[in-house]
Amino acid sequence: MQKQSYRDTILSCGVRFSLTRMHESARPNSRRWVINLSSPILVRVLVVLICFLSALLPSAVAQDWVKTGTSLGVEKVRLAVPDFKPSTADPQNAALLKTFNDTLWNDLDVSGVVELVSKSFYPLQVPGQPPEVNMLSWNAPPPNAGMLAFGNLGVAGGRLTVQGWLYDVKNSQSPQVLGKQYGDTASDAAARVMAHKFADEIIFRLGGGIAGIAETQIYFVSDRTGHKEIWAMDYDGSNQHQLTHLGSISLSPRVSPDGSRVAFSSLTKSGWEIMMYSTDLNRTLSFPHFGGTNLSPAWSGDGTKLAFSSSRGGEGQTQIYVSDAAGGNLHRMTTDHGPDVSPVWNRKTNAQIAFVSGRTGLPQIYTMEADGTNQQRMTDQGYAVSPSWAPNGQFLALAWVRKYGPGEPGASDIYLMDIASKQWVQLTHDGGRNDFPSWSPDGRHMVFQSNRSGSLQIWTMLADGSKLQQLTFTGRNTQPNWSWK
Amino acid sequence: MKQQSIKWSLLVVTLGVVLTLGACGKKKEPPPPPPPPAPPAPTASISVSPNSVQAGQSASLTWQTSNATDVSIDGIGAVQPNGSQSVTPTDSTTYHLVAKGTGGTQEATARLTVTQPPPPPPPAAPTVTDEDLFSQNIKDVYFDYDKSDVRGDQQSSVQADVAFLNAHANINITIEGHCDERGSTEYNLALGDQRASAVKNALTAGGISASRIKTISYGKEKPFCTESNEACWQQNRRGHLVYQK
Repeated sequence: MQKQSYRDTILSCGVRFSLTRMHESARPNSRRWVINLSSPILVRVLVVLICFLSALLPSAVAQDWVKTGTSLGVEKVRLAVPDFKPSTADPQNAALLKTFNDTLWNDLDVSGVVELVSKSFYPLQVPGQPPEVNMLSWNAPPPNAGMLAFGNLGVAGGRLTVQGWLYDVKNSQSPQVLGKQYGDTASDAAARVMAHKFADEIIFRLGGGIAGIAETQIYFVSDRTGHKEIWAMDYDGSNQHQLTHLGSISLSPRVSPDGSRVAFSSLTKSGWEIMMYSTDLNRTLSFPHFGGTNLSPAWSGDGTKLAFSSSRGGEGQTQIYVSDAAGGNLHRMTTDHGPDVSPVWNRKTNAQIAFVSGRTGLPQIYTMEADGTNQQRMTDQGYAVSPSWAPNGQFLALAWVRKYGPGEPGASDIYLMDIASKQWVQLTHDGGRNDFPSWSPDGRHMVFQSNRSGSLQIWTMLADGSKLQQLTFTGRNTQPNWSWK
Repeated sequence: MKQQSIKWSLLVVTLGVVLTLGACGKKKEPPPPPPPPAPPAPTASISVSPNSVQAGQSASLTWQTSNATDVSIDGIGAVQPNGSQSVTPTDSTTYHLVAKGTGGTQEATARLTVTQPPPPPPPAAPTVTDEDLFSQNIKDVYFDYDKSDVRGDQQSSVQADVAFLNAHANINITIEGHCDERGSTEYNLALGDQRASAVKNALTAGGISASRIKTISYGKEKPFCTESNEACWQQNRRGHLVYQK
């Protein structure tokens, strides 16, 4: 069970229970408890404890916090990744090697699947080819690695070739787990793509057969041109580029499951309307104008339907509607006093929709069947918005100000809620306003917006709240949406 | 002797004939010489096209005369017997054409009505426009946090808006729904939409036609005030009424 994958752990919370106290040096100023979500009773007790502590203490920052998460307590594979070596003498090699090595290291580091062995522990002689591997220098301390990823990169005649291997250095009989070769016209982008592909191969094998995310995209809103437009970037923040040039206010990008279209909401001459951008044609497609205010589109997991919020029905209420992917066959799903916004489908079943409703006052998260029946309130208090349904169908991520008071806004943090039990854990603790979580397709990561750096920027983290990474730095960047594959 | 008497009788007869003839001729009146042809009377006509202009605009004056040796138009002077001329009077004018000829005098008139254009806005003392009145009299409607119902202390603003809009039936408006910076972008857009609708409903309840009112939500996209405190947030939680040109 030592190699139980992260996702397996997510899927099976309720089997094992472990309570470990992390080494004090990990966080010298606060005691930090690490809990593996397991026993329902104990979790419930802990949840009550958390509520109790929250009620007692005015500030969430600078206080002890109980860290609950997934795949904690499971020992990860120790993977050593020495820099790839040049295989030719081309002058382009140095720059491309840096891009490749940095990208590969980052992909593996943020994957949440492996524990990277620090490069300072590596032997002086690192391999670029299988015959150069000295197993003993890797599988014994100081590196004490279980796995070794190595290889070489070279440009010849303008063509970039990368060879990479993954070795199980504790298995001297048959060490090779993976051997790959990639070739393309030499460019920085090609080196980055090859690193992503190789990283995903490693993660697929060491992460329980779940496809990696190194080639996924994140769509977001940026105002760096002076207008809020829809932008896209690689999952690691590289290759940021502008999609729309509407010169208005465009919000809430949601990419279709196949990645071919991005639905979003934009302020047009006739008000807020749902718009559609084709990533194949690189232009906006025609989409019906519904009238009223139309916001926050969301794709069903099969890509055939859109849910969104609209006040087209009049009465001054924004309600959840569902249409087909072309905007036809429109049905109203909610009939309360609203406002109802930010729908998101259970992408696993396509049978439920979570959304935000202010029907009882402050906005709360609700779920309903996709036909509008069985509406259930999920959150019990505070200001709860921006639900994002986990790929496995069992969890919601949401932005929550639990300790709301008039004129005294608490911190908005990202929470994870188990839908069946309504139990939740807090994922961000470090202050600022955190909003718009969106799951990576492997269910191991989330992207969200936060002003923790002083301005609104896009961050990623593992789904347990660790491995925070800031992806954007220019302008204000908001409402990230992670691609489905 | 006989010869002599014949001569005398011939003479007498001749004389008699001559005398008779002379007498007769004297009795018969010679026919009067034909009278000299009377000089023809002049004709004249004058027209102006168009016959009504705004001050500063010109009109075309056209006249025709015949049998006239001396043609003049009051205010213009002697002119050709036939012709046209562009005129730009500042006031309404009757153009009086006199055509004189040996056969007499003919007159014709044409009237050009000059209307005064709307006075250009005098730069020195500008008049009050609808837009000025609008901004002086219209009051925005403010909301509580996370609420979209028009609260009691805002009713006077609503009544002032209704009174003004009733008195200025030509003015159309857009109501913008705004929210403070807290909370989610998407939820605030929906909330702003409900705020704009709430103000619209309050105005229509006061008798303002819904066809004069458009609504739009800006959520927290266009704040009036960008500080993070309650005074500023209250400024941003509003239904903002905008004059629609």
